[in-house]
Amino acid sequence: MTEANAQQGSPASRETAPLTPVLTRRWLSPESWTLSTYEQLEGYTALRTALRADPDQLVELVKSAGLRGRGGAGFPAGVKWGFMPKEPSKPHYLVINADEGEPGTCKDVPLMMADPHSLIEGCIIASYAMRANHCMIYVRGEALHCVRRLHHAVREAYDAGYLGTNVLGSGFDLDIVVHAGAGAYICGEETALLDSLEGKRGQPRLKPPFPAQAGLYSCPTTVNNVETIASVPYIVNGGSDWFRAMGREKSPGPKIYSISGHVENPGQYEAPLGTTLRELLELAGGMKDGIPLKFWTPGGSSTPLFTADHLDVPLDFEGATEAGSMLGTTALMIFNETVSVPWAVMKWTQFYEHESCGKCTPCREGCFWLAQVLERMVDGRGTEEDIDTLLDVCDNILGRSFCALGDGAVSPITSGIKYFREEFLALCDRNEGARGTQDERDDKAGEHGRSQAGDPALAGAAR
Amino acid sequence: MTEQFDFTTTSESVVHPRVDTSVFDEDVRADAKRIVDRYPESRSALLPLLHLVQSVQGHVTAEGMEFCAEQLALSTAEVSAVATFYTMYKRKPCGQHLVSVCTNTLCAALGGDAIYRGLSEHLGVGHEETAGTPGEQGSITLEHAECLAACDLGPVLQVNYEYYDKQTSQSAQELVEALQRGEKPAPSRGAPLTDFRSAERQLAGFFDEPAGSGAGDGQPGTADSGARQAVHGPSAAPETLQGARLAHENGWTAPAMPDNAELPPLPEKK
Repeated sequence: MTEANAQQGSPASRETAPLTPVLTRRWLSPESWTLSTYEQLEGYTALRTALRADPDQLVELVKSAGLRGRGGAGFPAGVKWGFMPKEPSKPHYLVINADEGEPGTCKDVPLMMADPHSLIEGCIIASYAMRANHCMIYVRGEALHCVRRLHHAVREAYDAGYLGTNVLGSGFDLDIVVHAGAGAYICGEETALLDSLEGKRGQPRLKPPFPAQAGLYSCPTTVNNVETIASVPYIVNGGSDWFRAMGREKSPGPKIYSISGHVENPGQYEAPLGTTLRELLELAGGMKDGIPLKFWTPGGSSTPLFTADHLDVPLDFEGATEAGSMLGTTALMIFNETVSVPWAVMKWTQFYEHESCGKCTPCREGCFWLAQVLERMVDGRGTEEDIDTLLDVCDNILGRSFCALGDGAVSPITSGIKYFREEFLALCDRNEGARGTQDERDDKAGEHGRSQAGDPALAGAAR
Repeated sequence: MTEQFDFTTTSESVVHPRVDTSVFDEDVRADAKRIVDRYPESRSALLPLLHLVQSVQGHVTAEGMEFCAEQLALSTAEVSAVATFYTMYKRKPCGQHLVSVCTNTLCAALGGDAIYRGLSEHLGVGHEETAGTPGEQGSITLEHAECLAACDLGPVLQVNYEYYDKQTSQSAQELVEALQRGEKPAPSRGAPLTDFRSAERQLAGFFDEPAGSGAGDGQPGTADSGARQAVHGPSAAPETLQGARLAHENGWTAPAMPDNAELPPLPEKK
């Protein structure tokens, strides 16, 4: 955390409220998921505006609004749309990534349950802008209630003439298919998702070609996250200046921050991008039972851990990156002092081991061995050398894996060791066998004592 | 040059021992066709078809894979490769209910590991094992699940993919005991509880009334049908609405939208 960051901090120059409900605004309305509620609350008004415009104007609008992808990577959505060919020689596809599975992330599921029509209206506008006549919503299979609500909403939209042939008399045709996945984290990776949608094992593809050239069925395809597309109707209605009145210069707009873990009031908080954890914690009633914060993730388990030193990092794409992590999906998992870092890191690593798709060796083998080493350490059978082994294996995964899953897998480990090395060392001190043979470790055990925060006994409490 | 091998498969060229797929009756075959018709290319139907297979048999069987292969003119090897990749396709017969406990880090730290351990001891089974006779009333398959995207409501578990939020070891055990007695306690979020096979039918994309109920018109909006109840099952926990409610109470809103926001001009053609 640098002072420069703190000064740029929250968008103090812009006079926005601490919370800016846009995507979450309808959630309090009765039966917010129905077409009638949606239409009463300006639903499908943006679509009428959009259908009167030239598709390229809509691409320009999303570009000038500066909307960045809400699925984790933060790529400018308008730029992505602009990669699609202008003259369709093959069918174009819009695919919605609704395979929410990044540990800690829980924003798209409530959005699809509460306000599925906002996603559908966004899909229609985006499809029109990209000259796509087919849109697929790939929903995580475990999110059955979302699948159900989306099916219902799509049917309502067809009946009302928002979908099908000649949408609202515009001459534009669009079909939407709601497609349930089958339980594979890797399918959140856009090219793996496309393979899965083609009825194959969900394994990532080599890029290039990027999906805009050869995506679904080798046709031009754009894959966008739920929250990204659900933002589009508001941008059409409000304009880019309105959107940019929230958030920061390079990361404009509102964002759903999902706060979970050891806080008094966990939940979904929609605030301007650039809001800090200190501000969000205040909104969430502070740490649960007043037990101090130990570590947290800014955007899911694939984003390097932060500590209590990072409370004032502006949580936008630049701020999180400058502070050594990533914004990811703004999934803020908050852990207090009772939780052992090596234990948490081990649990996450077991997750990546389970979800590694097996396509590339660094990730498949690396995650397996990382989990083995961490399990041994948490079990009190580790040695100091294991820490070096972990970092060495991480070094062989990061940037050498086929897709970003491997990069994500090493994030908790390298950041955990960076900020909490003494906890990993304390685990080694517990290793009686190793201590018996190494005098110096004996000394270290004495130095570390037995009651510090990293004591594995505390891990037991959390397990 | 050596000869080029032709790896493409058609239903004629595939040679494999005949597996009897008669368990999939005409209704199921009609459903399969409806699934295939949804997609521009037929193979995209494979994931929902495998869900359909599970809705009939409670897991993916050899007959189920053969059935999918027949529908899509794939080899059974191609189907098997897919069926074995995804966690939700069960290789062994599943119980009437599938209980999935999140044991990813956050839920685990809040008690998810203890919940899983408690249920495992109570049921006397481990991961992906079934207490009771699979398919019979009160039989339960237990599994530990990865992050279920309900972290603000942790620790969570799902029964047949419906959410039971903010569980404790005790509430989870009471829930499972009720399931074993043949009861169907309502989920925190989701539709009234049915069973694993019915959930799989929905994942295949069918939200009509279950066969035999007499209301199979597939219109969830009509009357007080089960399908309507399912769609309108609860979805918003207090946590879900925490931020929206706080903003409402404090009068916090996003900046007002202009009355007539203008679209940018068309970019000049290069």
